[in-house]
Formats: sequence, C-alpha cells, structure tokens
Amino acid sequence: MIRYIRRAAALCLVLLVALLVNAARVMVFEAEELDDNPANRRIAIERYAEPRGEIAVDGKPVTGSRDSGQQLRWERTYRQGPLYAPVTGYASQTYGTTLVEHAEDSVLGGTDPMLAPLPLWNDLTRGRQPGGDVLTTVRAPMQEAAYRGLDGKRGAVVAVEPSSGRILALVSSPSYDPGVLSGTGTKVKDSWKRLNSSPNQPMLNRALRQTYPPGSTFKIVTAAAALDAGAVRDVDAPTDTPDPFVLPGTRQVLPNEAKGCGDASLAYAIQWSCNTVMAGLGVEVGLTGMVDAVERFGFNDTGLRVPSWVAKSNFDREMSPDQLALSSIGQFDTTATPLQMAMVAAAVANNGEIARPYLVDRTTTSGGTTVDRTGRRTYRQAMNPSTAMRLQRLMVKAVEEGTGTNAAIPGAVVGGKTGTAQHGFGNTGTPYAWFIAWAQAEGTAQPAVAVAVVVEDAEASRTDISGGGSAAPIARRVMEEALRLEAEARGER
Amino acid sequence: MTTRPPRTDAPPPGVRLPKRRGVELSLLVCAVLISVSGYAAVGLARSGAVPPDAARYGAGLGLLALVAHLAVRFRAPYADPLLLPIAVLLNGLGLVLIYRLDLETPNDQAAATQLVWSTLGVALFIVVVLLLRDHRTLQGYAYVSVAAALGLMILPIFFPAVNGAKIWIRIGGLSFQPGEFAKILLAVFFAAYLSANRNALAYTGRRIWKFQFPTGRVLGPIVAIWLLSVGVLVLERDLGTSLLFFGLFVIMLYVATGRTGWIAVGLVLASAGAFLVGSLEPHVHSRVEDWLDPFASIRAGEGPGQLAQSLFAFAAGGMLGTGLGLGHSVLIGFAVKSDFILATAGEELGLVGLTALFLLYALLVARGYRAGLSLRDPFGRLLAIGLASIVALQVFVIAGGVMGLIPLTGMAMPFLAQGGSSVVTNWVIVALLIRVSDSARAPQPDSADTGTLAPVREDAHFREDAP
Repeated sequence: MIRYIRRAAALCLVLLVALLVNAARVMVFEAEELDDNPANRRIAIERYAEPRGEIAVDGKPVTGSRDSGQQLRWERTYRQGPLYAPVTGYASQTYGTTLVEHAEDSVLGGTDPMLAPLPLWNDLTRGRQPGGDVLTTVRAPMQEAAYRGLDGKRGAVVAVEPSSGRILALVSSPSYDPGVLSGTGTKVKDSWKRLNSSPNQPMLNRALRQTYPPGSTFKIVTAAAALDAGAVRDVDAPTDTPDPFVLPGTRQVLPNEAKGCGDASLAYAIQWSCNTVMAGLGVEVGLTGMVDAVERFGFNDTGLRVPSWVAKSNFDREMSPDQLALSSIGQFDTTATPLQMAMVAAAVANNGEIARPYLVDRTTTSGGTTVDRTGRRTYRQAMNPSTAMRLQRLMVKAVEEGTGTNAAIPGAVVGGKTGTAQHGFGNTGTPYAWFIAWAQAEGTAQPAVAVAVVVEDAEASRTDISGGGSAAPIARRVMEEALRLEAEARGER
Repeated sequence: MTTRPPRTDAPPPGVRLPKRRGVELSLLVCAVLISVSGYAAVGLARSGAVPPDAARYGAGLGLLALVAHLAVRFRAPYADPLLLPIAVLLNGLGLVLIYRLDLETPNDQAAATQLVWSTLGVALFIVVVLLLRDHRTLQGYAYVSVAAALGLMILPIFFPAVNGAKIWIRIGGLSFQPGEFAKILLAVFFAAYLSANRNALAYTGRRIWKFQFPTGRVLGPIVAIWLLSVGVLVLERDLGTSLLFFGLFVIMLYVATGRTGWIAVGLVLASAGAFLVGSLEPHVHSRVEDWLDPFASIRAGEGPGQLAQSLFAFAAGGMLGTGLGLGHSVLIGFAVKSDFILATAGEELGLVGLTALFLLYALLVARGYRAGLSLRDPFGRLLAIGLASIVALQVFVIAGGVMGLIPLTGMAMPFLAQGGSSVVTNWVIVALLIRVSDSARAPQPDSADTGTLAPVREDAHFREDAP
C-alpha cells in the first residue's frame, strides 16, 4: 500500500506543479497581453482613477473634474462648454476623446513619460503621474467676441497670429456642452444621440473639419498665383478679360455681381470682386500653375495637425479650362476650411510666409513645470514677399472703399476680402457668407491678427447674405479684441 | 477488521514522540496575526485607516483557534501540529478576501454570514475531535454513510435549481449544499469497503488480455454506488463535484488494490463521460467552449466573459499583486466571492501570494498523506488518503478552472470561498485528519511494549502489498 500511496502523492505533486506553471503562465508570461486586452476594464478604471489635467485658456482652466463615485471615477466638466468645445473637444468615459482632449491625452491623463520625475519612473513604480495641464494659444476675449458675433448662427470663426501661427480664436456655432458626454449611463447615451441627430450638427467642428466653397475670398489665392506667375505685372493695368466672359470650351456666360469689370485691373477686381477678371487670370495661369500656387497655401494637404487633424481643403488637380475658371473664383470643387482661409489671410499679412498654425502653446506637469512647448515653425512660403506686399495694398483698398467697409477699424490698417459662395444643386442653396481679413495697429511692425469668418445662415434671405454684410462685422469685433490685447501687451512691456 | 484494541490514554512506557502542541499553538498565533494584518491592510488601502473592528475580528478568530487548539490538546495530543494552523490561516484569509469584496458590493454582504458558518465549522471540528475517539469507529458505519450520502445528493433534486445547478437546499433563509457533506460520507464508505475487500479486488477475478478484472460480486456494489452518484450529479448539473467523486474513487481504488488497470479503466470512463457530457449538455458544453477560447465573447462584441475577466484579474496581479483592497476582481461579477475567490487572491497578492496559498494546500494534503503512510490499519490509511485527496482534487479542479487550465466547473476553494456548507465540511475533514494523524503518531500500546518508537512498521504488517 505504501508504494501506491506514494504514487498517489506523486500525482498530487504533479497537479500542484501544473497549477503553479499555469499560474506563472497567466500571471507573468501572458500578463502583458491580458493587461492590454481592450476588453479589460482595468485600463479604463486606472485611466479615470485620478482627475484629468486641465486645459487652460489665457492661463485659466476651462475644464474641471467631478468625482462621480462610479467605477470610472473622475468625470470631465467644462466651465464654458459650448464656447470652448471646438478647442477642447470632449473626454467621455463612453465615447473617448476628441480634439485637444484627444491630441494631448497622454499629458492630461498622466501617462506621458515626460511627466515623470525620472526616466522609466512610471515603468518602475507601475503607477502614473497626476495629469498635466495643457495651455492653449486661444485668447478668451477674442473667442468670446467671435462666439457672440455668430450668435448661434451656423458658422465658424478662426483667428491666427500671422507672425507665429498661434490660433487665437477657434469658434464653431452652434455649439454644445461637452460635459454632457462625461460619464456613463443612459443619460450620456441619450445626449450623444440627441447631439448626433440634431440638424444643426452641434458636434461638428466647423472651424477645422467642415469645408465650404470659399467663393470670392479665394480670389486672393488666384491673385497671388497670377502675380507670382507673371500673368499680372502691374496691378493697376487693365487685364485682358472681357465682360461678359464665356467659360472656355462652353457657351456659358460667367456673371458679375460688380459693375465695370470688363478688362478691369487686378486692383479693381479685388476691390469690387470681379468674377470675370479672376476667372480669366486663373485660366491664363493655367492648371499646373494654379495647382502649384494653391497647394503652397495648404490646399490638398491631408496632414495638417494643430495638433488635432484638420480636414483637407480641396482644389482639383485635373480640370477642364471652364472648371479651372470656376475653381479660380472659389467655386466648382474648390472647398476650404475656415482655418485654411485664415491661413490665406495670414499669408498675405506675413509677407507670403505661413507659420504653421497651432493651438497648444505648452504642456506642463501638474506642478507647472513645462513639459513641452510648441515652437514657431514655417509651414509654407505661399507667395513671394513682393506679391504679398501688393496684395496687402489691394485688400486694404477693399476695406477702405470696396466690399469690405464693414470691417474697417479706426486707428488700424485692415485688409479684407468678402466672399459669397453659392452651393447646393444648381446653386439653389442659401449662399455662405465669407470674410477673410487681417489687421495691423498703426505704429506696429506687423499685423497682429488674421481672421476668417464663415456664416451659413439659412434664416437670412439670399440678398442679405454677403461677406460684407454678415461676416465682416464679426471679423471686425474679433480683430478689435486682438488689437486691444496687443496694445495691452505692449503697454505692459 | 472489527477487532479494535481498547484505547487507553495512559502514556506508554519508553520514549515518546513529541506531541508538538506548543508548535501548533505558536503557528496558530502566526496564522491569526497574518489574517488580522490582511484585514488591517484592506482597511488601510481602502480608507487609510485600520478597520475599527480589526481587534474584534482578531480576537474572534483567535478565540476560535484557541478553543480548537484546546480540544486538540485535550483529545488528540499527538495530532499533526500543521493541520489546524493551516486551516485557521486559510479560513482567516478567506474571511479577509470576502470582507474585501463586500466593500465593492454594498448590497451583498457575505463576510458576517461566512464568519457564522466558520464558527459553526470550528464547533463541528471540536465536536468531532471530542466525540470521535477512534477513527475506526467509522468503519462500522460504512453502509449508513453511503445511504446518507445518496440521500443528501438526491435531496436537492426536489428543490428549485439555482444558477442552473440543482445542488441547493433552501429552508427558510438558510441554504446549503448537501453534496458537500456527501463527499466525506463517500470517502468513509470507500475507505471501509475497499479496506475490507481489497484483497478480493486485487487478486480475484478474470484476466482479460493484460488487465485483471475483479469478480462482479466485489465490484458490483462499488460500481453501482459510483454510477448512482455520478448519475445524480449529472442530473443536478454539478460537474465539478462529479469530477471530484470520480477522481476520489479512482485514487482510493488504486491505493487499495495497486491495480493500474483501474487507472486505465477509470481514465477511459472519465474521458468518455467527459466527452459525452461536454458535447450533449449545453451548460457544460458552453463551459468547454469558454475554456478553449476565453476571449470569443470579446470578439463577438459581447464583452469579456467570466473566465476572461478572471484571467484579466490574475494577469493584473502579476508577480507581487496590487495589494489587498486595490484590485478590481469585482469585475468578474457573479460568483466572485465563491467560485472565483482565487482571482481576488491572485490579483491582490500576486503570483507570490498565490504560490503561498497553493503551498498551504499542498502542505495540508501532504500531512494527510503522511498520516496515511504512518497509520497501521488499512481503513485509516484509506480514509486519510481519501480526505487529503478530496482537498487536493478540489483545489486543482477549481483553481485550474478559474485559471484556464481545465474547463471551469463550479466548486468552492476549500476554506477560502464563500459558502457555508463548504467551510463546515472542510472543518470536518480537518477534524478527521487530526484524528487519524493523532492515531498515526500516538504511541501504540502493543508496539510500545516492544519498545519500538517509530510508527513505520508497514513492511512487517503489510508485506502482502508487495506485488
């Protein structure tokens, strides 16, 4: 019997070894794979176990955290949710993150290795640091001015500092409170459903992710192409562009809203927004030249990040001459994001160079030590500096005594361009009102702000909607704030 | 078999084996201290303060341990000094784990009930140690035992199923699993029957090819009992206990007869049974599917199943664990305090802690086997081996199940898991092991006369075992 008992004991030993080997397999060798399984809720639990870092505007946080007492504990709150939603995005337990909340998630969530006091600290301690903060480039007074200006109408405003690329205002309207998406449960799901099914699309970031036909504001781009290509040598000389202008290869006549456009000079065409002149110049520059010039402004770039991704602004690479003519006045397949058109204005203001636009100034640890700072970087040289100087003069003229007089600011040099973009099947949709502009306080070296405004107001009648009427006043208020802030900063210095 | 030598408590002349009761007492103090520290650690991790009733908990556990120790000291002074401390430590840790999980489930408090059951278990332990003066008394109750075991197993069929298994009896607010008690009764029966008939089983019968089959006369009753118990269990859809009974049966049969043919027959029967039940019974079939691919439900978009959650918990523990009170094993959901209690231990104590737990069980089993080796009567031997094997098999079946080694079958981790009938049963098992180990180590009057000290005289007594 002894021998059999020993054998049975050996069996028990085998069972024990099997258990231990299996335990080592699960807990050590396969542990990492199991820990990283997306269905493993521990990742989410740990992620929300500490309050997120804050996103700050003008140094003051616009976000907060609330202790829900739930399993995914800390929920995001937003102090002025609708105002800053196009900047912050949401950070939801149920729907993930977007925009800055997404782009800077590792800093805000405390997982960024740069937050740790020593390299590999987090790996050693198996912990995470308290969430770091994100300081944005947005200026609160400008953001508020733009938001008030849109007044709930569908549209967007983007303001950038031309010399640096700092995004000073980023507004999309109508907006929403991202805080309603924080947390879990049916309330959050209902809010999500409501926001997504709303005809106003409040969660659509129109400033970065919606493209519109730019209409006449695109004429600045065409003018730059014509000047750079040598199609126009003297902006005041008459061009060879008849009115009425028959689209090449067709019998279709391109109409003009303005008068006196027959063979008008480039200066006149920008001042009064002549379709015929700009369409003719676009055809004269030719498809290759136009595509090259337009892409130097950032069109067709799918890789732009601010740090959130920006929708691609489109200018077709293959077109017939009549399509090229329409594209040259911002119609046909040409579309642009409001940010793209702000970059066009900034290019003119900054002597042809576009500084890469960015929204995050710097990130810090929870203690305030800088983790990373976004530096100024050149994005593209959109046109020759001399071309930019000439376009500045033309845009100033359009504001002083042209279509953009509503944007004039006393004591400042303002250049602008209106746009009224038709869209929809057979151009039956309500047109979009565009205005792009830049402003430079007198006595300063360079323009302080470039701005793009688009208003797609379905309420207004078709004649009312024009860049000069709806969009220019909003641009003026935003630029006024920018100049005021600039003057304040100068005064402090 | 029935000629019992009269037991006398009078010390035999000559040199005596040390009783080791002091060792037991100091180990008990350690066991209680470890449990109380665990309790305090949970409180410190969760609320930054030692739970206010930590002293009360420690005093309660200490008192239970002390009373049990006194009973052993009084009635089984030669018992193995490791058995009781291991049981107290496992039970104490189980209470800590259940208390810790109670914090996550405010609507389902289990620790207090478990404490009551543990007290009842210790009480039963003391009763067994005090009243059962000689384990050989049980030999006379073989057929009573088997009748009671079958009765207990059949009883739940008349009660409604709980979570798909008909293993519960509910009377008033109390519920218990009679199958738990049945396994002790079956072990007693197997031990008695096999010790009486082992020579017949081993040497008579026909030889077919290389295997020797016993005659129907000896084999009949035991196979009938086994078939009946397994049939009842399949009817009750409690595969874990069924597996346990089968394993117990095969091990005891092998130890009694030494016939490898039994193992072969047993394995074939087990494979056939497992295959049939696994493919025909939907409840069991889904468990097998789960075992083969724990993450299928995740890919199907239904979220992780219980086994996947259990594996996540173990993986989260890693080498050293998260610390008591800091894991998230509650994600397992249903049965986290009973069948899946080991996942909490794994996540919060890590591989190191889990290994320690496994080694505690291994030590418990080893001491049972040691008692079996030292005993001189075949019944006692088989009983010790059977009881220890129950613990070993049970640990393997449930620990292997929750860690993805074998298909999951519902069963309680001895002493750790929530479940009153289980904890009471395990205390009785330990009481019986205490009793047999006391018999094994106590100086025998007949051998004491010859002056032989060592209890190892198997060679002289059991030469017939040699093949």
